[in-house]
Amino acid sequence: PLRSRCCAPSGAGPAMNCRAEVLEVSVEGRQVEEAMLAVLHTVLLHRSTGKFHYKKEGTYSIGTVGTQDVDCDFIDFAYVRVSSEELDRALRKAVGEFKDALRGSGSDGMGQISLEFYQKKKSRWPFSDECIPWELWTIKVNVVNLANEQERQICREKVGEKLCEKIINIVEVMNRHEYLPKMPTQSEVDNVFDTSLKDVQPYLYKISYQITDSLGTSVTTTMRRLIKDTLAL
Amino acid sequence: AMDTDLSSQDRKDLDKFIKFFALKTVQVIVQARLGEKICTRSSSSPTGSDWFNLAIKDIPEVTHEAKKALAGQLPAVGRSMCVEISLKTSEGDSMELEIWCLEMNEKCDKEIKVSYTVYNRLSLLLKSLLAITRVTPAYRLSRKQGHEYVILYRIYFGEVQLSGLGEGFQTVRVGTVGTPVGTITLSCAYRINLAFMSTRQFERTPPIMGIIIDHFVDRPYPSSSPMHPCNYRAGEDNGAVYPSVEDSQEVCTTSFSTSPPSQCVFTVTKAHFQTPPPVVTDTLKVPVMGLAFSHQLSSSRLSYQPAALGVGSADMGYPVLFAGGLNAAHPHQLIGPGKEGGVPPVPSQPAHGTQADQEKMCTPLDGVHYSAATPSSSEDTETVSNSSEGKCGSPHDLLETIFIRKVGAFVNKPINQVTMANLDIPFAMFAPKNVELEDNDPMVNPPASPETESPLHGSLHSEGSSGSSTGNTHDDFVMIDFKPAFSKDDILPMDLGTFYREFQNPPQLSSLSIDIGAQSMAEDLDSLPEKLAVHEKNVKEFDAFVETLQ
Repeated sequence: PLRSRCCAPSGAGPAMNCRAEVLEVSVEGRQVEEAMLAVLHTVLLHRSTGKFHYKKEGTYSIGTVGTQDVDCDFIDFAYVRVSSEELDRALRKAVGEFKDALRGSGSDGMGQISLEFYQKKKSRWPFSDECIPWELWTIKVNVVNLANEQERQICREKVGEKLCEKIINIVEVMNRHEYLPKMPTQSEVDNVFDTSLKDVQPYLYKISYQITDSLGTSVTTTMRRLIKDTLAL
Repeated sequence: AMDTDLSSQDRKDLDKFIKFFALKTVQVIVQARLGEKICTRSSSSPTGSDWFNLAIKDIPEVTHEAKKALAGQLPAVGRSMCVEISLKTSEGDSMELEIWCLEMNEKCDKEIKVSYTVYNRLSLLLKSLLAITRVTPAYRLSRKQGHEYVILYRIYFGEVQLSGLGEGFQTVRVGTVGTPVGTITLSCAYRINLAFMSTRQFERTPPIMGIIIDHFVDRPYPSSSPMHPCNYRAGEDNGAVYPSVEDSQEVCTTSFSTSPPSQCVFTVTKAHFQTPPPVVTDTLKVPVMGLAFSHQLSSSRLSYQPAALGVGSADMGYPVLFAGGLNAAHPHQLIGPGKEGGVPPVPSQPAHGTQADQEKMCTPLDGVHYSAATPSSSEDTETVSNSSEGKCGSPHDLLETIFIRKVGAFVNKPINQVTMANLDIPFAMFAPKNVELEDNDPMVNPPASPETESPLHGSLHSEGSSGSSTGNTHDDFVMIDFKPAFSKDDILPMDLGTFYREFQNPPQLSSLSIDIGAQSMAEDLDSLPEKLAVHEKNVKEFDAFVETLQ
């Protein structure tokens, strides 16, 4: 039977369920970045661990994840993120590009940004490694234009309330304790986690986004991290 | 019988996890209400004292209060740990804002690995708690505290008391973790009607014995005990009056094994040092967190207990507040700073449902008077009125008599809804009418991961159906604010998600039901000879047609 997946079907891959969650927000242009960061950081807070330190006999210990509060400037809202400047920079970069694309010509202010968690499955040469997604978060954004300061003030509060709901929704999903990749051995750890950061260790993830242009068609713009095999086959 | 399934080492580990989870939960909640931004550092090398691999500082007073409230017990069925957050204005009015509940229900997960899965899920739950504590209304209130009001906390253990939250309070579930001895549930009930600031709303009832220590006001007395700053980087300059925040009596060094991947080698070592009891210093400078009204608040408190405060407080080192009357419903008293000084310790009471040495913190009141609801327990009254030292008789008995009633008694709802009390869902009693029973609650019984169909890739109209397979009636999709173009709310006044859920199990088409099917089949059979005759007549046409297809 035909089973479509988040990414291209791997054929010989394991039968994995990639759960997908969708969030939708309407924000003013200047709120896009903070709203996206709030959601992405909240998801990554739950999907990051401390750094693993493997010892002999296959045991490992886990480092400590620190957290910090972030206040939004354009939204009456605050959120908690992992204390990792590297991670914050990576997210800000992605969100910045998304925001610019949303503002760009050809956009009617609608788009979506996706955060996908995946596992790598090594394939034999000449095949490249497969990326098998296991969780996909999509945030649909609708940028609104407001006429006056009063509307903007209401928008600050409303978007703040909406984001509170989104955080609660995210936590609900996290609490289902559904599929998570097995804790990997030392040789496999890079197939499950992003070990490039020095202070925390998120699950392997990639961020991509789409902008709906004014014709209503989706123009896919991918980040450098998006590997082509999601479009291949 | 349950315990025979769990190895004794696992049982010990599990108890320890639950204990420290409870302590960390309290820390997260209280720190989230101190009014400042919290920031802790990640550390790639495990320090050994960061429980659940999270950098959560331990405010020693808070740990102390929590331990006192727990009195050596763990959350169990019917014994919940509650952190009550309330607001107190500079005029002395107070109001409960939130009750955070850590509960245990009977649903056991025997298969789960304690030292691995349970531990990691508790860590995840703490992260969720960090996130959720910032999104309830009290967070924003607490960030603005200082001038007109302060935020206070109180920890109690036993029955959850929600009556102080007013009508129509909301609940949010932070999460659950199944263990072999029960399912840990963490949730918050919060007041939504915050439009209260007029003093008219509060009766100025005379104070009762309940004392709430507020940690957020500058101490007007020179012998003040240290206030713990939210920002611990500054705090280190204050000199270590309390043991360093990293100290704990039990150090958690975790090792996880990946060979075979599901096993875990878990070692917990006890550090051989003790946590000294909190000590008051006279000379500690207390960082003031921009509290302009602190002195004013102190003086309003003084009006409640003129002489006593001068004596007691200096010894106790904490300014004390009195709960605003019995309406404030503080049945299980709490929060003494545990100071020595002029307050003689009181032997612990049996811990179930009440607090142990709460009496320790009571200060004698001149002309103390109780509202009419006080039961006339002669022993209690006598003790109280005769109290001339720092003892308050047995207020916990007093309070117990008043406040031990069924949770349902607080509800203005018809009797048939009281049966919800049997459910293990926290605050089930107060859930709206269409609440799902526990078995249908996807939070308690997470649905099995469904076979997913195309999860949303590019499809804007999948209604957030994150791959919920047909026939799976659980809500797999979580949320979508879906406003299809040109949708009009007045035609069908419900949003798409509700619509979908309501109509996802429509009744079967009548033509598909057996009776009608059988009936039409009989008709079909009867009409067969006729049809055959017609076809035979037109056989030439049919043959010609078939020829054209060749």
